[in-house]
Amino acid sequence: MQNFMQDIRKDFPALSQQINEKSLIYFDNAATTHKPKQVIDALTTYYEKFNANPHRGAHYLSIKSTEIYEDARETVRKFIHAKSSKEIIFTKNATESLNILAFSYAMNLVEEGDEIVVSILEHHSNLLPWQQVAKLKGATLKFLYLNKDGGIKDTEIESKITKKTKLVSITHMSNALGNINPIEKITTYAHQYGAKVILDGAQSVPHMTIDVGKLGIDFMVFSGHKMLAPMGIGVLYGKEALLKEMKPFLFGGNMIEYVYEDYASFAELPFKLEAGTQNVEGALGLMTAINYINEIGMEKIQAIEADLTSYALEKLTNLDEVVLYGSKNSKDRGAVISFNIKDVHPHDTASILDSYGVAVRAGHHCAQPLMRYLEIPATTRASFSFYNTKEEIDFFVESLKKVRRWLGYGS
Amino acid sequence: MDLNSIYSELILEHSQNSHNYRRIDAPTLSHKGHNPSCGDEITLQLKLESEIIKDAAFSGVGCAISKASTSILIDLITDKTKQEALNLVDTFIGMIKREVTNEEELEILEDALAFQNISNLPARVKCAVLAWHTLKKSLE
Repeated sequence: MQNFMQDIRKDFPALSQQINEKSLIYFDNAATTHKPKQVIDALTTYYEKFNANPHRGAHYLSIKSTEIYEDARETVRKFIHAKSSKEIIFTKNATESLNILAFSYAMNLVEEGDEIVVSILEHHSNLLPWQQVAKLKGATLKFLYLNKDGGIKDTEIESKITKKTKLVSITHMSNALGNINPIEKITTYAHQYGAKVILDGAQSVPHMTIDVGKLGIDFMVFSGHKMLAPMGIGVLYGKEALLKEMKPFLFGGNMIEYVYEDYASFAELPFKLEAGTQNVEGALGLMTAINYINEIGMEKIQAIEADLTSYALEKLTNLDEVVLYGSKNSKDRGAVISFNIKDVHPHDTASILDSYGVAVRAGHHCAQPLMRYLEIPATTRASFSFYNTKEEIDFFVESLKKVRRWLGYGS
Repeated sequence: MDLNSIYSELILEHSQNSHNYRRIDAPTLSHKGHNPSCGDEITLQLKLESEIIKDAAFSGVGCAISKASTSILIDLITDKTKQEALNLVDTFIGMIKREVTNEEELEILEDALAFQNISNLPARVKCAVLAWHTLKKSLE
């Protein structure tokens, strides 16, 4: 294990930096992960050797770029166990994927008086598009609320999802609390009423094996940068029949079949939803990241991250000054821990930790309605990746113990 | 970065036991300042008599830096004219942006000089300037 960790850490150049003359401890992985040198090198190689516009030229470089781009699509398909590579649309990120669904799908599905269901856990990116659709269509936005543990109870699902529901859009794993939602249950229930289910997989896809068929979802979105890939590449997965129904979101090059002066017909899936020159370098980065994850094995990644999370939870539970949010049971959550230190605002906690080289997130985590619901202004969040270690957690906890003293409290 | 220069005694005193953390009855002006990226929200209340700020107070939630900065601002502007208060705001923001560096010019900031080092902590600049921007909006 020790050798394995040493090898892994060597792959991530950013992790061996000194910050504020202290070794960097990067616990902000739910925001974005660092990139292994395999991904960084792939991007350099792409620009040194390939770089051409895909799907266009008959020349060697264009063919290579097309191959890379389509190999990446197939790699993503296998990774999430989709049936066809036509079901994989490359986007900028999860946010863009959700906006495509809101404006090219939901706007044609939802009518006045219909209901859209989300949970109170949603990141703003999975809330604001639905607020817009509801407003424009005269539909109602309904929320699944939480029990004390941060989980969503069956009765909540059963009372909120009804025959009026056209769409359920829900996060798989909360970016703010780490809780994992009962997706199969929600999907089964929603489908009884013919409602479609969109899964925000931004936090889950990087950390657990995803089988879109088993989950039963209709659509899923995620971002590459939270799973070792570069920023600017994301994915929209959708069942082929549903994507086929969708109108294009952006119009322009590459997404067409025949173009006349006054009308055009559109290309087949997936190209219909990918207008303009695409992010080939990003798709390559994502493919390389997935290959890297597969080489370690998602089961091993999950085991390491679960071990780190329960180790940190136990240590934090023993500190009197720490208030923890979310499930106490590490089985119900991903590698995200939200907490506060008594009498201390999370921003002060984060600045003080930063001075020790520890990077955490402080704030509302783009989930203002959730913070209001929990009646807290903000939290401090530590989120782990498989490249983190228990020694780092020990140092983080020791640094946390000093926070109250910096603010003039006795202990 | 030296945390001692940020979390100084003066700043801690103002953030924890501020005599300005209260509400004014029938304020002339009451203005909310919000920092959307972090959720800090303060309400600044002023009592004006002709052009003079006779009383000021704040309430709400914020970090040590934003609360201390608000409290020190209030001490500074009490019994000053609107124009003087606006001049203090411009000088303070100029200091944070490192546009005003002349020590004689900065002297009028008195205790608020304690925030000079906040520029070394870019993530916290917004916390330090929240109340000052709020005051400016409120007076304009």
